[in-house]
Amino acid sequence: MTEELRRTPLYEEHVAAGGRLVPFAGWEMPVQYEGVAAEHAAVREHAGVFDVSHMGQIKSAGPDAASFLQHVVSNDVAKLEAGGAQYSCLCADDGGILDDLFSYLLDDGSYLTVSNAANHETDLARFHELAVGFDVVVEDLAPAHAMLAVQGPEARAVVARLTDGELPPRMHTATLDVAGHQALVCGTGYTGEDGVEVILGNDGAVPLWRELIAAGVTPCGLGARDTLRLEVCFHLHGNDMGPDRNPIEAGLGWSCKEETGFAGSEAVAAARETGTAERLVAFAITDRGIPRQGNAILAGDDEVGTVTSGTFSPSLGFGIGMGYVRTDLAEPGTAIAIDVRGRRREAEIRKKPLYAKSN
Amino acid sequence: MATEESYPEDLRYHAEHDWARIEGDEATFGVTWFAQDALGDVVFFEPPEVGATVSKDEPYTEVESVKAVSDVIAPLSGEILAVNEEAGTNPELINTDPYGKGWMVKVRLGDAAEVDQLLDAAAYKDLIAE
Repeated sequence: MTEELRRTPLYEEHVAAGGRLVPFAGWEMPVQYEGVAAEHAAVREHAGVFDVSHMGQIKSAGPDAASFLQHVVSNDVAKLEAGGAQYSCLCADDGGILDDLFSYLLDDGSYLTVSNAANHETDLARFHELAVGFDVVVEDLAPAHAMLAVQGPEARAVVARLTDGELPPRMHTATLDVAGHQALVCGTGYTGEDGVEVILGNDGAVPLWRELIAAGVTPCGLGARDTLRLEVCFHLHGNDMGPDRNPIEAGLGWSCKEETGFAGSEAVAAARETGTAERLVAFAITDRGIPRQGNAILAGDDEVGTVTSGTFSPSLGFGIGMGYVRTDLAEPGTAIAIDVRGRRREAEIRKKPLYAKSN
Repeated sequence: MATEESYPEDLRYHAEHDWARIEGDEATFGVTWFAQDALGDVVFFEPPEVGATVSKDEPYTEVESVKAVSDVIAPLSGEILAVNEEAGTNPELINTDPYGKGWMVKVRLGDAAEVDQLLDAAAYKDLIAE
């Protein structure tokens, strides 16, 4: 079965910039332009722009918006102040992670929640399912909106020159005019670098993209997005956790406040109380080789887990990854090995993040 | 880092994007410009063992970009006489000089008649233009 791939408003820009387009979560997205290594370096050293318009946005508005979202997501929504941002999990009743989300409290008292492209429809269904009994309107903003992530040590300065106001600090948002269009600017990202994510109407995407490229910002694809996030150990839903994993074993317990009574909180509380058989860890290869998703993790000759994300780290120059191992082996410094297609590669569990800026 | 696209006339090509430089009963193998471009930045190449047997159309080693692993297919059968250790240390040579310093193995050919099944540069260029 071939399903029609969706295109973002920036499709023509990607083609013009030499982007290599691949299917991703039902979308036709650029995996790279000049090359993953160059794009990765641009974000670590200067500034890069990612088209993340495939990601979804769900608005929750109405008198019960706050109590509704508190019921839906795992974090303590009551702690959010106007203009604030918060990371959370969306859990099933059994505690399994349906998605990981960023929610923003807007000035009008409504909430905007950003979802992963692959989970957007599932998330919407879960939001609607849980809305019963709340005076809330759940609205899918994704079809009308584009999203650009501008990341890197120079990113904020470049975007600041395109706006009429002051950029929000990290983990905050502001509604600003950016490159001539009203946008929600968020001090968030998925690279471990400073930067912003800009959510704006579809018609604003091309003008902003062109202004950024003209200012010298490097267009970056999903390839560099993956290496950047894995170096700093940001989870990728679908790789590093999913409905079969709860937030405790995934190392996301910090984003769960069970006392709020969110849907799935009882299962998460039980997992926190009794502990889990496995834990998500980060590791580095200490000899040659590159770990890949699905490789077995070994302790001695015993298989003790599976790699959920693996890559060559452009910043560190060796293979890195994350995966689940038996909880008693999860301590940083533990020697493990990765079975890379039949070859044993020595590795070590490391503290997260694997890469930290030295300055 | 990227080199200009080219397909030298003196090489023979395999449809799986490998080349062979044939010198008497020996040949040098590597991957084509098209292959290295499709791979992207090559970050890992572990040369196979000298003395190992390679079979035409079968994988004899792997090459890895940041994102993915690819098998490298033998364009001809034979026994490995030498491997490119320098490309093991500096895998980017496979991107920057795919027909020169980015070679992979040198092989003593097992069956000279197999050479006739390979493509010349023009036929390979037609194949990748499809």
